[in-house]
Amino acid sequence: MIENPMISFPLLILFLPLLSFLILIFFGKRLPRQGDWVAVGSIVFTFLLAVYLFVQMLMNYNPDFSNSASISWIDLGAFKINLGILIDNLTIVMLLIVTLVSSCTHIFSLEYMKGDIRYNRYYAYLGLFTFSMNGIVLADNLISMYMSWELVGVSSYLLIGHWFEKDSAANASKKAFLTNRVGDIGFFIGIMLLYSAVGAFAFSPIFESISTGESIAGATLTIAGLGIFMGAVGKSSQFPLHIWLPDAMEGPTPVSALMHAATMVAAGVYMCVRLFPIFTPGALTVIAYVGGITAILAAITAITQNDIKKVLAYSTVSQLGFMVLAVGTGVYTAAFFHLLTHAMFKANLFYCSGSVIHSMHHALHEAHDHDTDPQDMRNMGGFKEKMPVTYYSMLISTLAIAGVPLFSGFLSKDAILAGTLAFAQHHPEHFLLPLFGFSAAAITAFYMFRLIFMTFHGKPNMKSIFKDIHESPNVMTGPIVLLGTLSFFIFYTLPSNFNPIKDKGWFTDLIVPRNSSVPGSLTANEIAEYAHHAHYLAMGLSIAVASVGILLAVLMYFTKTLSAKNISARFGFLYDWSLNKFYFDENYNRFLYQPFMRLANTVSWIDWEFYDKYFINGFGRLTKLFSNASGKFDYDGIDQGLVDGFGRVSGIAGKFLRNIQTGRLQNYLLFVVAGILVIIIAQAF
Amino acid sequence: MNNIDSYLFISSMLFCLGLFGVITRRNAIAVLMGVELILNAANINFIAFSKFNGMNLDGHIFGLLVIVLAAAEAAVALAIIINIYNNMNTINVDEAAELKR
Repeated sequence: MIENPMISFPLLILFLPLLSFLILIFFGKRLPRQGDWVAVGSIVFTFLLAVYLFVQMLMNYNPDFSNSASISWIDLGAFKINLGILIDNLTIVMLLIVTLVSSCTHIFSLEYMKGDIRYNRYYAYLGLFTFSMNGIVLADNLISMYMSWELVGVSSYLLIGHWFEKDSAANASKKAFLTNRVGDIGFFIGIMLLYSAVGAFAFSPIFESISTGESIAGATLTIAGLGIFMGAVGKSSQFPLHIWLPDAMEGPTPVSALMHAATMVAAGVYMCVRLFPIFTPGALTVIAYVGGITAILAAITAITQNDIKKVLAYSTVSQLGFMVLAVGTGVYTAAFFHLLTHAMFKANLFYCSGSVIHSMHHALHEAHDHDTDPQDMRNMGGFKEKMPVTYYSMLISTLAIAGVPLFSGFLSKDAILAGTLAFAQHHPEHFLLPLFGFSAAAITAFYMFRLIFMTFHGKPNMKSIFKDIHESPNVMTGPIVLLGTLSFFIFYTLPSNFNPIKDKGWFTDLIVPRNSSVPGSLTANEIAEYAHHAHYLAMGLSIAVASVGILLAVLMYFTKTLSAKNISARFGFLYDWSLNKFYFDENYNRFLYQPFMRLANTVSWIDWEFYDKYFINGFGRLTKLFSNASGKFDYDGIDQGLVDGFGRVSGIAGKFLRNIQTGRLQNYLLFVVAGILVIIIAQAF
Repeated sequence: MNNIDSYLFISSMLFCLGLFGVITRRNAIAVLMGVELILNAANINFIAFSKFNGMNLDGHIFGLLVIVLAAAEAAVALAIIINIYNNMNTINVDEAAELKR
């Protein structure tokens, strides 16, 4: 089994980053260059392995390819857990995304993290992060997926809090970890519900058992599906648990790129795609609404953010909303397609922002200015000439995310919007879903071009530092150029299709939707048919909304014919809400944290004042009384009376018997003779 | 005088006399003499049983052995008595009760 490269290569891809983590965490400090070459080498090697698998997949061109291997982990007779890996086209594409973005992050960080105080730990944690994400991707059962799921949580905690000397970073890492925990509880409940009904953790028996409709169905299955989806809500930062992702920007920028593109937030969507067959129509409706609301809310919030990374963070939340919306409306391969294209352009956007921030840092450092925020776009402007590579690469990715034809994002977003539109055409009561989708698409185009114009166009807003702004070194621009190139449509439609507005290509050929296991659901063919009918309408609409968004951004931030100030004044409350992120943190604080803290304080007061002081201390006092009495009894009764009593009795008896022992031989002899006489007389009778 | 009873009667009388001497006399040498009487009572028994139960000379050999033993015992005992006399200026057995104290 292990000789099969389709099994051994994925295992290598899984465990090499773990090995690198172990080496770096224990010996990193002692290795030359703090061992960054171990991490970079191992991750690039796993990337090459993933490329090999990918090429194999393209050569086989078999949409039904599937391969799996498992070992028995726990075997208690009736209760059995197998750990295994499952390799199909979905897995291979995902592995390629993870290892590619992870490799870029590793290489990019060589320059970005140079001289960091915890350089070796940073690389070690990157390895752990990659390992855990690969674990999720390769899992063939819910238990190993859940374990990797938690590992991703831990490693994101470690990386977001990499600069834990800063309070904001420490708080952000805690927030990310705890918010994820909320979702993970749901995930675990879902797993347990499924297990108690089906009696298995592996995916295929669960799907089979659901399709019979006997083990689990109806409301229970909906609840199980929603529980599992809750895990994705936490990890993929969907409304209402999206609050951690923007704060997670406190981590180093390459980590943000890795987290937003490939390793963490992608996990939730990947899991939904992988487990799509278990979701009932009811659960899917909830999923679609959660995704739609997330997409529109995050997009509105992104409009008014001034921190370059915050804009990108909310854009990620919004794009994840798109993916979840796609899962909810049934076109889950479109969700995965968007995950793939989004991974490329979003990682690139983050690297570009990292490049800008890096040079801002440098310039501010040269100017001895330590108060200005290097991430605030209001301090940028006009960087186009100074950083041409970053600019053009970022522009390409922005066009991709905005959904402009010729670029990758157009294909995937179009597929999602078509699916959403088709869903609404057949369920007119859900007309809000495409509305959410198209408005979020328009707003996405708007705020992304706002970012481009504020950062790279116009006059420099801080002339003092402008002369020191320059392009980043090659190890940083390399990944930028690579990922920027991957934002073109052509990489996703090869080999058969050169039409930039048609999404047919290797992806749609190899990743084909499967039927839902839930009896009575629409089949994959029906969904595809509906989406196909809505395709041209959706395409026209999406090009239109993207143009509107871009046009507005041009008018407001490039030609400045429309005043952003006047418009924001006119939509006062909406502007306020957007700027303050819809007051989510404030409301959570007021309605969840504060009451919870008050409850905790009350409970702690009761605990201390009553429970501890009277109950626990009372027990102490009672015990002391009891032990005093017991000690008295022990000493006076047992020791003095019984034990010493034995001694005294034997003393008295000894004193009495002593009198018999006269010491006179003749007395003894007399007793002997008397004894013998007694014996003889007794014998005689 | 040709049956065993009279021998046994004599020997038991001798034994009782010896025992009486051992128990009642205060003089250590008299006690020793009582012990000799007891041994000789045993000797008479040996020889009587040997004679009447047709055991050839077995009883006589035991008798000789006992006489030799008695001589050895008398020598040791007399030595002890002399030592007691040297230490305590008496050979009264009641006085020699060192172990009691």
